[in-house]
Amino acid sequence: MSRGNQNWLVGAWLLIVAIFSSSTWADTQLNLTKGVTAVSREVYDLHMLSLYICTAIGVVVFGAMFWSMIFHRKSKGAKAADFHESTKVEILWTAIPIVILIAMAIPATSTLINMENNEDSDITIQITGSQWKWHYKYFNENIEYYSVLSTPREQYENQNGSFDGNGASKGEDYLLEVDKPLVIPVNKKVRFLITSDDVIHAWWVPAFAVKQDANPGFINEAWTNVDVPGTYRGQCAELCGKDHGFMPIVVEVKSEEDYDAWLNEQHALTAKAADAEKASLNASMSKSELMQLGETTYMAYCAACHQPTGLGLPPVFPALKGSPLATTGSAVEHINVVFDGRAGTGMQGYGKQLSLKEIAAVVTYERNAWGNDTGDLVQTSDIKAASEE
Amino acid sequence: MTTETINESLDDAHNDDHHDHKMTGIKRWLYTTNHKDIGTLYLWFSFIMLLTGGALAMVIRAELFQPGLQIVEPDFFNQLTTVHGLIMVFGAIMPAFTGFANWMLPMMIGAPDMALPRMNNWSFWILPFAFAILLGSFFMESGAPNFGWTFYAPLSTTYSNGSTAFFVFAVHIMGISSIMGAINIVVTIMNLRAPGMTYMKMPLFVWTFFITAYLLIAVMPVLAGVVTMLLTDTYFGTSFFDAAGGGDPVMFQHIFWFFGHPEVYIMILPAFGIVSTIIPAFSRKKLFGYSSMVYATSSIALLSFIVWAHHMFTTGMPLFGELFFMYCTMLIAVPTGVKVFNWVATMWRGSLTFETPMLFSIAFVILFTIGGFSGLMLALTPVDFQYHDTYFVVAHFHYVLVTGSLFSIYAGAYFWLPKWTGHMYNESLAKWHFWCSLISVNLLFFPMHFLGLAGMPRRIPDYALQFADFNKWVSIGGFAFGLSQLIFLAVVIKCIKGGKKAPAKPWDGAEGLEWTVASPAPYHTFSTPPKID
Repeated sequence: MSRGNQNWLVGAWLLIVAIFSSSTWADTQLNLTKGVTAVSREVYDLHMLSLYICTAIGVVVFGAMFWSMIFHRKSKGAKAADFHESTKVEILWTAIPIVILIAMAIPATSTLINMENNEDSDITIQITGSQWKWHYKYFNENIEYYSVLSTPREQYENQNGSFDGNGASKGEDYLLEVDKPLVIPVNKKVRFLITSDDVIHAWWVPAFAVKQDANPGFINEAWTNVDVPGTYRGQCAELCGKDHGFMPIVVEVKSEEDYDAWLNEQHALTAKAADAEKASLNASMSKSELMQLGETTYMAYCAACHQPTGLGLPPVFPALKGSPLATTGSAVEHINVVFDGRAGTGMQGYGKQLSLKEIAAVVTYERNAWGNDTGDLVQTSDIKAASEE
Repeated sequence: MTTETINESLDDAHNDDHHDHKMTGIKRWLYTTNHKDIGTLYLWFSFIMLLTGGALAMVIRAELFQPGLQIVEPDFFNQLTTVHGLIMVFGAIMPAFTGFANWMLPMMIGAPDMALPRMNNWSFWILPFAFAILLGSFFMESGAPNFGWTFYAPLSTTYSNGSTAFFVFAVHIMGISSIMGAINIVVTIMNLRAPGMTYMKMPLFVWTFFITAYLLIAVMPVLAGVVTMLLTDTYFGTSFFDAAGGGDPVMFQHIFWFFGHPEVYIMILPAFGIVSTIIPAFSRKKLFGYSSMVYATSSIALLSFIVWAHHMFTTGMPLFGELFFMYCTMLIAVPTGVKVFNWVATMWRGSLTFETPMLFSIAFVILFTIGGFSGLMLALTPVDFQYHDTYFVVAHFHYVLVTGSLFSIYAGAYFWLPKWTGHMYNESLAKWHFWCSLISVNLLFFPMHFLGLAGMPRRIPDYALQFADFNKWVSIGGFAFGLSQLIFLAVVIKCIKGGKKAPAKPWDGAEGLEWTVASPAPYHTFSTPPKID
């Protein structure tokens, strides 16, 4: 290699070093998280062990290669030796890797056995993935709710001004924030039963070292026992369609007292919601009230597929603007589709996700927005009636 | 072959290019049954596919340059990642190796052509149709496949965008092409070796293609089976992968990866063959441990059938299954290690020079080994739970497929270009290609390890802010790597058009029958077999 080439290479290398050592990298994470559970720390140690072993092997192997490249070059007058086999050496470099592998397999096996021991849990929570949100259901507590991305659409669609490159227009937890996080107590063994309503998802929280696929029609088990209260974030880890990148997971780990307080609060909220539902059955809402609530609900639950413009993303997600269902068709049919979903398509049933009042509002909105102008007003009692048919 | 040509070829054994009887213009390429022509077709096709798949990748990297959605919609992003993967696996890497097999196998074993020349023509010419269907679906109402190149059910069945039928048909054609190509390789190697060339005297290159061809014959029908089940699940109401009808979506993954894992060795074993030819040539020393190389390649091939579920540790396998697949996967490190050690021992105390084929081969050994290290880390089930479906995996398979398979293809192309074209390529331009590729490819793929460890899932069009810095540099590396490949195109075109005349054996350390014929290789070679002692 010529002298000029070498200078050029050194320059390029310095540039790379400069890029990777500049101060903007201060908050950039390079390595796996240690996490906040005994298991996640074991996993971290195993990761570091294998990383060190690989680095050591790399130093030896690449060292030998570079030694040859530097000292055994023809331009330095090197004459080729003529050996081309050695049973002794070959047995040696088959046996040594086997020993190293066994040294890695032993801790890996014990960690894995520990991770797969789902017995003796204190709390059980069912986690159900669906396109593109998570549903949490606490066993024996009558608490269940959906957990949806709460980053505003304007942020990821870059609508509030052009993106300035530093993320200033985006929130701190951009794409990793939800409306209602999963809440679990500290120092308790929490068992997760994981499944899916539609395609395969995967529930992953790096700080717990838990990643488990959510398979439709089957239930997987996983568990964690967190020892530091705090907020931990993760994401869906299995491609699940269009908004796979937009279904984060947030877990709040609370002290035992805080967790109990949270449970009581949830029970109170559930009771209140039931009362409100009952009251709304008798109330009649004005068009502007319905349209206002309908728009908010539509944007939160429907716009991901049917789009804010109502034009949808055909052929998978049909347009609602001008569609027969939302214009000439009967309101009852429309309500049924929203309430029960459409089997064999991406259209979920929202009967258990939204209140009757919200469904009434959203159906009204869809029948009157974007020039659909049917003039139909759908009230909560209509939803109740349609759902009981 | 007529009696006349046989008699004539007896008279002039190695060089009867004045009798080549080839048609002119497009008909020569459409009707050709000549292994060298078909090899050329395969190689050009794969390069076009490499640029196509690369262009898709550059759109992906442009979208990921900054947080937020800038250029493409999430659904189109999924189409890009899916088709990028399919094109690179089935369109770029596999046909490139088939091209090498066609060009080099007959010349290396002293055969006049491939054993089944008409099937050879057919296996190439159906490929452009397969990819026309696949790429054409971008322009249909449904859009292109958007369920990942691994097409997990039920995302690819009940919840697909309507592109499933086109996808299935395209994969069927690719599979038929691969199976025919593989049968041809097996039959050629078993029947057309020159007298005296026993199996253990074959060049290692021939061995690796022989074993790869068996892998192809074994697993391509499995792929055909699984896509057919996908098709009937989507359109004919079966429930292979639908729990509601008694099926199981995880069974899809078992069948797919039973094909998929041997498939990754289909894409790396020929690479082993190429660098095992080049490293001895430029070390001026015989390949160290030839027979252990043969055994190592065979063991890797056999092990590839019992490790498939290491792609599926998070699907909820029983503990015993996880342990079994973890141990088997770790075992692969042993024969792979033997290969790497043998290459290093071949270089050790050699007399090294660093022409471009050697540079790419050395880069292959180092960077493929880095991919092997991350592979070993991924084999450990407990940590795989953290790595699985993150950019760590993306880094891993691009190290083995780009700096592994693709770099070996470049090494081989530079090594045999003088034989193919009759001209020496421009060495300094080729070195530019190498150094630009080497630097940019590491800027492209190395930071992906950090992104994955920090928790960035793969296949997402937008990401949290802590991933922004690395993604920017990865994208810059991606654009630079993509553009660097145009240098290769320039080198090849210049080399075809002219350049220093290549002697029959341009590399003083090279060995093998292909260097005993003139450069460029005559249209027909070894009409009479050479004698091997």
